[in-house]
Amino acid sequence: MQAKGRVFKYGDNVDTDVIIPARYLAIADPKELAEHCMEDIDKDFVHKVQPGDIMVANKNFGCGSSREHAPLVIKVSGISCVIAETFARIFYRNAINIGLPIIECPEAARDIKDGDEVEVDFDSGTIYNRTTGKQYQGQAFPEFMQKIIRAEGLINYINEQ
Amino acid sequence: MGMTMTQKILAAHAGLPEVKAGQLIEAKLDLVLGNDITTPVAIREMEKLNRQEVFHKDKIALVMDHFIPNKDIKSAENCKCVREFACRQEISNYFDVGEMGIEHALLPEKGLTVAGDCIIGADSHTCTYGALGAFSTGVGSTDMAAGMATGKAWFKVPSAIKFNLIGKPSKWVSGKDVILHIIGLIGVDGALYKSMEFVGEGVANLSMDDRFTIANMAIEAGGKNGIFPVDEKAEAYMKEHSTRSYTIYEADPDAEYDEEYTIDLSTLKSTVAFPHLPENTKTFDEIPGDMAIDQVVIGSCTNGRMDDLRTAAAILKGRKVKKGLRCIVIPGTQKTYMDAMEEGLLKIFLEAGAVVSTPTCGPCLGGYMGILAAGERCVSTTNRNFVGRMGHVDSEVYLASPAVAAASAVTGKISEPAELGL
Repeated sequence: MQAKGRVFKYGDNVDTDVIIPARYLAIADPKELAEHCMEDIDKDFVHKVQPGDIMVANKNFGCGSSREHAPLVIKVSGISCVIAETFARIFYRNAINIGLPIIECPEAARDIKDGDEVEVDFDSGTIYNRTTGKQYQGQAFPEFMQKIIRAEGLINYINEQ
Repeated sequence: MGMTMTQKILAAHAGLPEVKAGQLIEAKLDLVLGNDITTPVAIREMEKLNRQEVFHKDKIALVMDHFIPNKDIKSAENCKCVREFACRQEISNYFDVGEMGIEHALLPEKGLTVAGDCIIGADSHTCTYGALGAFSTGVGSTDMAAGMATGKAWFKVPSAIKFNLIGKPSKWVSGKDVILHIIGLIGVDGALYKSMEFVGEGVANLSMDDRFTIANMAIEAGGKNGIFPVDEKAEAYMKEHSTRSYTIYEADPDAEYDEEYTIDLSTLKSTVAFPHLPENTKTFDEIPGDMAIDQVVIGSCTNGRMDDLRTAAAILKGRKVKKGLRCIVIPGTQKTYMDAMEEGLLKIFLEAGAVVSTPTCGPCLGGYMGILAAGERCVSTTNRNFVGRMGHVDSEVYLASPAVAAASAVTGKISEPAELGL
């Protein structure tokens, strides 16, 4: 599995309340929800994002609530992968469970800038910044999590058991 | 190598003699929890499973608490979806308007969570039940769906940080100040992926309500769970509230911890977390004396219990909420509401000029029942002060104890009880 796209860069502690504010949580339709993705810290995000683009952030991405709406709106917005120094643990689980590829790589997360063109190979954990020509080695998933990702989420994985 | 308290509970539920930090395990669940925000998503995921029945109709708790009584048509439709699911699946622990409470205040009170349990909940503050010596952690809706269907969940066994609590907190210093102090100390990702194990002789000086508050906010330090040893107070609480048998696990003497901190409770002061992160903590020697506020909220899964309401009432008794400030008091559960009424606390709040609401998460997450306008400032006993958390993106939330919140409601600025001569 691979991803390739333009980067939207954010800082530390991007919380689930800014990824998708609670005032929209009663909305059931994922596409309607995704119209509000990131709006409290980046009003332009939903207008600029193109299918395949990549989100990069610093430490503790997705901290706060357990709302699965957060990784869901990022995925539905068209983001193909999130790279961060670290992820908050519930967000990490949720992303795997709904099939949103994420990768931890502190060096890449710190270096990569907004607007860079980046490629990611999930099987190897390799991240390549086409804009700067620099390559990084992110952490590949443990085998158990790779199985869930290959099944495109926990529900399919359980059905296959 | 010995195991931590959390690791022992996980090993027992995975059917393994021992587990190690980092190990991936599958554990049996004693309870799966969801609310009116997360359960509709879980129900839609469950409909995709081959297995459509819940694993045990008594081991699932569905609590309508975030947007109820329903604030709009969409939230009403979400609750209707959960209500119909609970009826169809014959879920015994379904709590709707009139019998509900804020989930993490309600479940211990109903005796559904006891020491030794392994619990997941599709709500990040599920870590609250660690106060009783249970392993409990927040997950998302897909994990909840899988848990409801299979009665199991996968976990990466966490390492732990040990907090050795000593001493006795002074008057007006509560569990909220303890956990805000700790989050200020280690940061909002200081316990990322880890257990926070609270031990030491100081634990005996904390009420159960203090412990619920402390365990509740483990997630605000990034923790997987927060957990307390089971002492006489915890056993007395469980015997009073539950008919279930419980199992007491203790950390091995040679258990390994990533870090250890000693916290002298007697030295702690009233603590406030400034916008926009719970780690931005200050004590009153660092807080300007003229920070005017517009609203006070006393309630939530963090601070909506009887101890919290008694403390707030002790300060508001015979005093008035500052003219022009809104003070909203939200008892955590229907029983807390009744008990507060019988103790005369509700009368004190109403006479002071506060409003008292039915239990709801409401304003904590900017749902309803106290939304802030641009430029407004709120002192709140809730758990998060992120950008836009309680309303407009240009509003501000200051996290504090019930004592500080009540004192601030009287003065109209961020204040500690000492400013009222208390």
